[in-house]
Amino acid sequence: MSGTAIEVRDVAKSFEDVRVLAPLSFAIEWGAWSTILGPSGCGKTTLLRILAGLLEPDEGEVFIGADGRDVATAYLPQRDTLLPWRTALDNAILASEIEGSSLREARAEARTLFDHFGLSGFEFAYPSQLSGGMRQRLALIRTFLAHRELLLLDEPLGALDPLTRATLQDWLLDVWGELHKTILLVTHDVEEGLLLSDRILVMSARPATIVHEQPVGLPRPRGRASAELAEGKGSLLGLLLEGR
Amino acid sequence: MNRLTSIAAPLALLLVLLAVWEGSVWLFDVPHYILPAPTRIAVAFVSHFSSLLGHAAVTLAEIVLGLLIGGLGGFALAVAVFYSPILERALYPLIIASQMIPVFAIAPLLIVWMGYGLWPKATVAALIAFFPIVVNASDGLRAPNEETVELLRSLGASRWQLFWKLRLPASLPTVFAGLKVAVTLSVVGATIGEWVGARRGLGYLMLQSNALLRVDLVFAAILMLSGLGLLLFGGLRIIERRVLHWRGVE
Repeated sequence: MSGTAIEVRDVAKSFEDVRVLAPLSFAIEWGAWSTILGPSGCGKTTLLRILAGLLEPDEGEVFIGADGRDVATAYLPQRDTLLPWRTALDNAILASEIEGSSLREARAEARTLFDHFGLSGFEFAYPSQLSGGMRQRLALIRTFLAHRELLLLDEPLGALDPLTRATLQDWLLDVWGELHKTILLVTHDVEEGLLLSDRILVMSARPATIVHEQPVGLPRPRGRASAELAEGKGSLLGLLLEGR
Repeated sequence: MNRLTSIAAPLALLLVLLAVWEGSVWLFDVPHYILPAPTRIAVAFVSHFSSLLGHAAVTLAEIVLGLLIGGLGGFALAVAVFYSPILERALYPLIIASQMIPVFAIAPLLIVWMGYGLWPKATVAALIAFFPIVVNASDGLRAPNEETVELLRSLGASRWQLFWKLRLPASLPTVFAGLKVAVTLSVVGATIGEWVGARRGLGYLMLQSNALLRVDLVFAAILMLSGLGLLLFGGLRIIERRVLHWRGVE
């Protein structure tokens, strides 16, 4: 698929008297990895929930689709949402179970992803038996297995220690390259945005607007210690501070 | 503390208490129709064992039936109240007020309405058992966080699927907590039902033996009733461990 995946036109949202999203607009391309950077509490999650269809905007319109048809998204919330009474494998196939599609196929597919994601051997473990990094990987497998073209990820690596986080960033990039998905990531981590995405959108503090948009032209894989990254980081941090 | 001492300690205390009881009865020459010695109770227990067992089976049936009615009814009520705020506002004060009514007051009425059989006792047990189930199940149904609900909704889950795949399993830990309280309460409930009017059962046996000044048999019946309660509680814990298998793993 090519062309525009998401188009947000003048979307605004308030909760009671607090204006969270000022009218904001942006567009996202199919196949690309786009990242929305914003300070904590700026309304990034609200925006993702609107895109996932869980929340109606007060004003404006959201288009998600390709060639004139609607496309469903897979949303990964920020907080841990694994079901503690299900084994890892049964958590992974939740989407297929809800859709009512073949569980046998879903399990087979999940198993290959478990291998791929370094979780093989933990198919029958419960979430409480997994480490934070493993749980997050499992949550991502579940998101991938929803078979949606567009993934909306809300700070999926936010709660992890720096080492696990770096490992999962590399791994996420690998998987994205192989699975040909379109990803919209929301984070407050500038380095993560620069390391992973094709395009970065910077959000201001509440009421949030998109204050800056830039492509990330650096070739992958990108070194965490490279001068270009450091430079980009400096200017983006400056923008975030300005927008606060 | 190791396993041996955790069994030995309460056992030793029990033996000491029994010894003091036995000694006091002999020492002060207490008549057996006031307070029988533990050895006398033991003899009564053994010699009347088959009769005790027969009465226990009746009481057990009342308790299990009461628990089933109270448990299912309580859970259904919790679900209804969860999905209907109007029902919640209408029912909750009534449910709580109903707990202020002593079951002793309604037990005779139940006998009038339902006769001397199994049902009035099971109903008393159910009436006592349902409250902890309603309260705990209501909490459990509310346990899943908003993000998890939204995640399932974003995957296209219907209300029905949200209930079966999320709220029901999430409520089970607290439902079992409620059931454990309900088990002990329903033993009391069934006994009260039998005191008010019965032809069989451990409560009936207690009342009859008391009237005949066979206090040793009263104690033997109490012993049997405690054993029954422990058995039910233990059985419930085994079921709980099976159903909530995921909680035990670490």
